[in-house]
Amino acid sequence: MDFSVAFSAAREALPYMLGGVVWTVGLIVGAMLLGLLLGVPLAVIQVYGPWPARRLVGVHVWVFRGVPILVQMYIFYFGLLSWLSQLPLFAGLGLDSPFVAAVLVLGLTSSAYQSQIFRGAIQSLHAGQLKAARALGMTDRAAIRSIILPQALRLAIPAWSNEYSILLKDSALAFSIGVVEIMARMRSVASATHEPVSMTFLAGIIFFALTWVGVKALSLLERKVRIAGYTRQGAA
Amino acid sequence: MSMTNVSVPVLEGRSLGKTLGGNRVLDGVSVSLPKGCVKVLIGPSGAGKSTLLQCLNFLMPPDSGSIWLAGREVNGKSRRELCSLRQQVGMIFQDFNLFDHLSALENVRVALMKVKGLSRLDAGERALAELARVGLGDKAALYPANLSGGQKQRVAIARALAMDPKVMLLDEPTSALDPELIGEVLAVIRDLAQNGMTMIVATHQISFSASLADEFLFMDKGRVVEQGSPAELLGRGSASRTQAFCAKISELTGETEAECRV
Amino acid sequence: MPGVSTTYLEFLRAELVPGLMEGLWTSLVVIAPSALLGALIGASVGVLRVYGPRPVRRCAEVYVSLFRGTPLIVQVFFWYFALPYIRIGGRGIVLDPVSAAILAFGLCSGAYQSEYIRGGLMSIKQGQIRAALALGMTTRQAVTSVVLPQAFRRALPGCGNEIIYLIKYSSLASVITVNELTGMATTIARNSWRNIEVFCTLGAYYLVLVTLATWLLHLLEDAMSVPGFERHRS
Repeated sequence: MDFSVAFSAAREALPYMLGGVVWTVGLIVGAMLLGLLLGVPLAVIQVYGPWPARRLVGVHVWVFRGVPILVQMYIFYFGLLSWLSQLPLFAGLGLDSPFVAAVLVLGLTSSAYQSQIFRGAIQSLHAGQLKAARALGMTDRAAIRSIILPQALRLAIPAWSNEYSILLKDSALAFSIGVVEIMARMRSVASATHEPVSMTFLAGIIFFALTWVGVKALSLLERKVRIAGYTRQGAA
Repeated sequence: MSMTNVSVPVLEGRSLGKTLGGNRVLDGVSVSLPKGCVKVLIGPSGAGKSTLLQCLNFLMPPDSGSIWLAGREVNGKSRRELCSLRQQVGMIFQDFNLFDHLSALENVRVALMKVKGLSRLDAGERALAELARVGLGDKAALYPANLSGGQKQRVAIARALAMDPKVMLLDEPTSALDPELIGEVLAVIRDLAQNGMTMIVATHQISFSASLADEFLFMDKGRVVEQGSPAELLGRGSASRTQAFCAKISELTGETEAECRV
Repeated sequence: MPGVSTTYLEFLRAELVPGLMEGLWTSLVVIAPSALLGALIGASVGVLRVYGPRPVRRCAEVYVSLFRGTPLIVQVFFWYFALPYIRIGGRGIVLDPVSAAILAFGLCSGAYQSEYIRGGLMSIKQGQIRAALALGMTTRQAVTSVVLPQAFRRALPGCGNEIIYLIKYSSLASVITVNELTGMATTIARNSWRNIEVFCTLGAYYLVLVTLATWLLHLLEDAMSVPGFERHRS
């Protein structure tokens, strides 16, 4: 291996590889939002819901935590979504795009994990707070929305940064269904240039940097929404 | 009664010195424990009481000075001598330090098997007897997580006693306990003293130790600054620093001045 | 197109199950050594990170953050496709797909495992070691009868979870042409054009594997459980 050749190849490939960052970030943002949007109600149901609903959420969590991401990508992209997009009802919605499939897979999996994060956060709050809210005449729905969730969301932020770095790494698997994110670009450049060593290192560095930026951003967010005297340990 | 070694102390520390993080925590302290004698260490926190006790069994090797066990100097470099010293010197810690993964019985049994080489059966029998002695015969199967603080400390005492120690070092044995649990531990310690166990106790339980101690050692800033019988140091008309310190403690813990004086 | 007219059950019996069973065997051939390698690396790196001298500790930290900070698929790719290009004395190291997968999974898993081992070791209060020494135990006896049994119990849930992750991520071996479960399934799907049936059945295989492993792990945890070391249900 010639280092100067490897280095100039890496430098040449850098802009193309960085173009993948847009897709990777798109996947993560989409998946985290979907995971949040589904995870919060799932968690509320799992704590406060009637038992058949709790059971269903349990099945959701079990399935999405148990089936590998790669297999889910195949199920959604080659299976469910390509079948759905052929139905007249869903035609033209772009359901057959690999990006949509990947966001769905990562987001649904994330919702399973995020629901467990929120469940833990909700359960760590003192049960007395719900009682106090009821005593003030609030409905359960209002109490959960304005008392429980604002606290639970704050408590969940540290777990989010963990969830973010997991999603970042899992998003690389979207290459398998043709999303042109970092891993996919690394693979094609590596085979075109015959420089797989420098290209894997380059991809590794980009992923590393993305992890660092995201974790930093989330800790900034945590500090921004922090309430004095209200810490991870303090509320538990 | 044996006539040998009557005059030789069971355990003795001679001019022990120890510096920790630039602080002279032990500044030439000598202490000698004749057989059957009970000495009580008092003094403000940070005075070096805990360090002194830990130096006496080399859990913290002293920088200078020497340790003598039954008239023989202990070589702190030799692993065998250390293990043998520690077997003969029982130690009780402030926060019990029970082995969390072992039941009360196993806590007492483990060193009997590993150190003394007893069979599981013999060790178990002995352990049960020691637990019964501290009033915990019926709690043998419980784990530390399910014992109260007082019970934990009694298991720790049973664990130390099972090794047949010649002397016991007690490092604030009741300081981590809720007030209502202190009594049961003090009762066990009193029982030990009355049965002739040689002991040195660091404690803030003034009235209790006054009724038990042969001698008080008042420590401050790494030195023993006052030494004498409870009557001398705490008696009426005494103007000792010990007296002043004890009065302050008693105020905080609610013991009356009268209880403090003997 | 073969098999299009047959029902799912017939397809399952005639093609899917035989194919996936073959793949399952290969999956196990990848998972078992990877888990073992991961546990070995995790235990030694974990111990070094707590008790090792400073330079060794630093090296261990770099290893862990490197392997935890990059996607496993990039690592798999590196060991299989890139390693042959690193020439030492004129010859590159060429690994067969299964070995490359085992190496990649073991190294990555070891980095995660070491976190739990480290946590387990650090959870043991210093006082317990002092108490053991005060009873006359040697350092070695204190480590084997006080430190390790507790560290093992504390680390077990995390390490077990890591093995469950390994089962799921073993599917990545299919990317470097290992014909394990996922590899077999893609082949069958390509030949039969019955994607939904094939991949959903494949998902069910993993669900069973993961559930089985979780159940075994809980059995082990319960068998080793003592008060104060109970399993925390998530």
